[in-house]
Amino acid sequence: MMHLLYSIFVDPFVQMGAAPDLLVQTLWDGLVSGVLYALIALGFVLIFKASGVFNFAQGIMVVFAALTLVGLAEHGVPAYVALALTIVVMLVLAVGVERLILRPLVDQPEIILFMATFGLTYFLIGLGELIFGGDPKVMIAGQLGLPSGSYRITMAGGYVQLQKIDIAAAIIASLMVAGLGILFNRTRIGRALRAVADSHRAALSVGISLEQIWVIVWFAAGVVALATGIMWGARSDVSFALETIALKALPVLILGGFTSIPGAIVGGLLVSVRQKVGEFYWGSLVGGGIESWFAYVIALVFLLFRPQGLFGERIIERL
Amino acid sequence: MLYREVGQYKTSYAADQALLPILQDKIGIAVLLLIAFVGVPLTASDFTLNSVLIPILIFSLAATGLNLLTGYTGLLSLGTGGFMGVGAYACYKLMTLFPHVNIIVFILFSGFFAAAVGIVFGLPSLRIKGFYLAVATLAAQFFLSWCFIRVPWLYNYNISASIEVPTKMLFGIAVTGPTATSVTRYLVVLAIVAVLTLLAANLVRGRTGRTWMAVRDMDLAAELIGIRLYQTKLLSFAVSSFYCGVAGAMLVFLYLGNAEPSSFDINQSFLILFMVIIGGLGSLLGSFLGATLIWGLPILLRHVPTYFGLSIESAKVDQSTFMILGALIIFFLIVEPHGLARLWQIGKQKLRVWPFPY
Repeated sequence: MMHLLYSIFVDPFVQMGAAPDLLVQTLWDGLVSGVLYALIALGFVLIFKASGVFNFAQGIMVVFAALTLVGLAEHGVPAYVALALTIVVMLVLAVGVERLILRPLVDQPEIILFMATFGLTYFLIGLGELIFGGDPKVMIAGQLGLPSGSYRITMAGGYVQLQKIDIAAAIIASLMVAGLGILFNRTRIGRALRAVADSHRAALSVGISLEQIWVIVWFAAGVVALATGIMWGARSDVSFALETIALKALPVLILGGFTSIPGAIVGGLLVSVRQKVGEFYWGSLVGGGIESWFAYVIALVFLLFRPQGLFGERIIERL
Repeated sequence: MLYREVGQYKTSYAADQALLPILQDKIGIAVLLLIAFVGVPLTASDFTLNSVLIPILIFSLAATGLNLLTGYTGLLSLGTGGFMGVGAYACYKLMTLFPHVNIIVFILFSGFFAAAVGIVFGLPSLRIKGFYLAVATLAAQFFLSWCFIRVPWLYNYNISASIEVPTKMLFGIAVTGPTATSVTRYLVVLAIVAVLTLLAANLVRGRTGRTWMAVRDMDLAAELIGIRLYQTKLLSFAVSSFYCGVAGAMLVFLYLGNAEPSSFDINQSFLILFMVIIGGLGSLLGSFLGATLIWGLPILLRHVPTYFGLSIESAKVDQSTFMILGALIIFFLIVEPHGLARLWQIGKQKLRVWPFPY
């Protein structure tokens, strides 16, 4: 019993103190994968904010965008042209989703729309495998001008390794968030988006085109998905296994709140850091592999105390 | 003409509130049960029983369980696969601990373990709702999946980390294991599903079901008229998990024959949720229709091209199946968001007034 308590409450901290370089490395790993979680969560938040749809297909959109990019490049299209073409494909997808799914299903309960994005997920999995095959592919990171290699920083008797691609990912993510922030808060479209988010009927009655807004939002989510796919693909490779990252982003959303862009970022970083640290220092106690559910438990505990998330709007229910 | 309640007078309150108040319904159900219990075992091939009817019945039961929670009480759950797994592993452990007890007893009893786990993971349901609750149940799903892999005690320290079902007898006939015939297993599954469905039908039209539906429709109002929210929600979690647990135990013992942790992963949960939504939220019939459609469709898609003499490589078929399934889900949601059960209701109304339009 004493031994167990010791290994829970004392030993991990002793380890942290003894090897600060390992701690920093773990924290850094957590932060960089947090950026990716945050990017996925960002795609979710965008669509949830503007159409009230919980878009389960965000994960497969990431895979689909990355596969399109790599697939085009494999057929000899220059990298930047392929990038532009992929963005066009995401636009087509957004228009298609609006025409074929959102428009006929307008004003249906949330759960029906949620299920529809499930149908979309299945459809995209099938389509992606049919066109590009099911094998993992290598992301064309080098041709897109993304750096490779790493910096090594010596500290406290050890060293910490920082991958250049991770730094690039962090920079791109922050640029994207800044861009979306400006789009949402400073432009006419952004105001329309927020109006639709509040109440799509009221927005419709003051002359905002729902169709247009939905296409814009889904297109923005598609571009975010593409960025996520490139970053994630550069770290490992592009395969359908990426599809499950959508589920990993859920606790991030819970922490950040479903409607908050900064929440998505902070939530992503928090969840990922705690996950990595938890796995590294406490994981061995229960046989490892706790990464798969640890984030959910954090989110669950958090939910009990602050159900609206860190930055989410508090919704007061009235009878 | 054929389906009309005219002339069927009720002389007591009980007769009016009966489960099947109309004569035609009684005849219909009786014929259906007769076909299921007698006609099918005599005529159906091994393939039909093994890969179509047995899984459809088992998934119908799981969908019924989820429907009690999601359709009747309005609590979205994504942990169905995990709860089914609890049933399956509980049944397996009970069987190895007490090898001489009848296996059917354990299949039913394992539901109680699932119910207990369901209550624990249902605890957050008072404070959170909707998608947030769905995420909380996802936590259950991931935690349970992890347990099925990382707790070797659950699968008796088997090296392959899977559970294998030995042959068990019932009245001298093999019910489980490789020697059990598909007809025997079909009949056992059918009997359990029929009894539990009858139980569910009575549960939802009684006091329990009414409180569930009150909570679903508006929980604040339900609380004001004196329904205890917490008890109601937890009871719903318990009953739902009981059904899922029994379905999980049957899935392993009477259909798959052995179970790996992947049999109870998140995809299983989503599959069951699909069945409930496509079939119809808040309808027991819907659970059966949804399970039939979602399970039957891929089989149909796989076999239709061969009838026309087309030969397509199987990988292509799988991918197109995915695409068509996805498209069909969206199609059904657009055409009838209330599910197949609603279509059946509309059809019934049409039959009732036929040959007049209304």
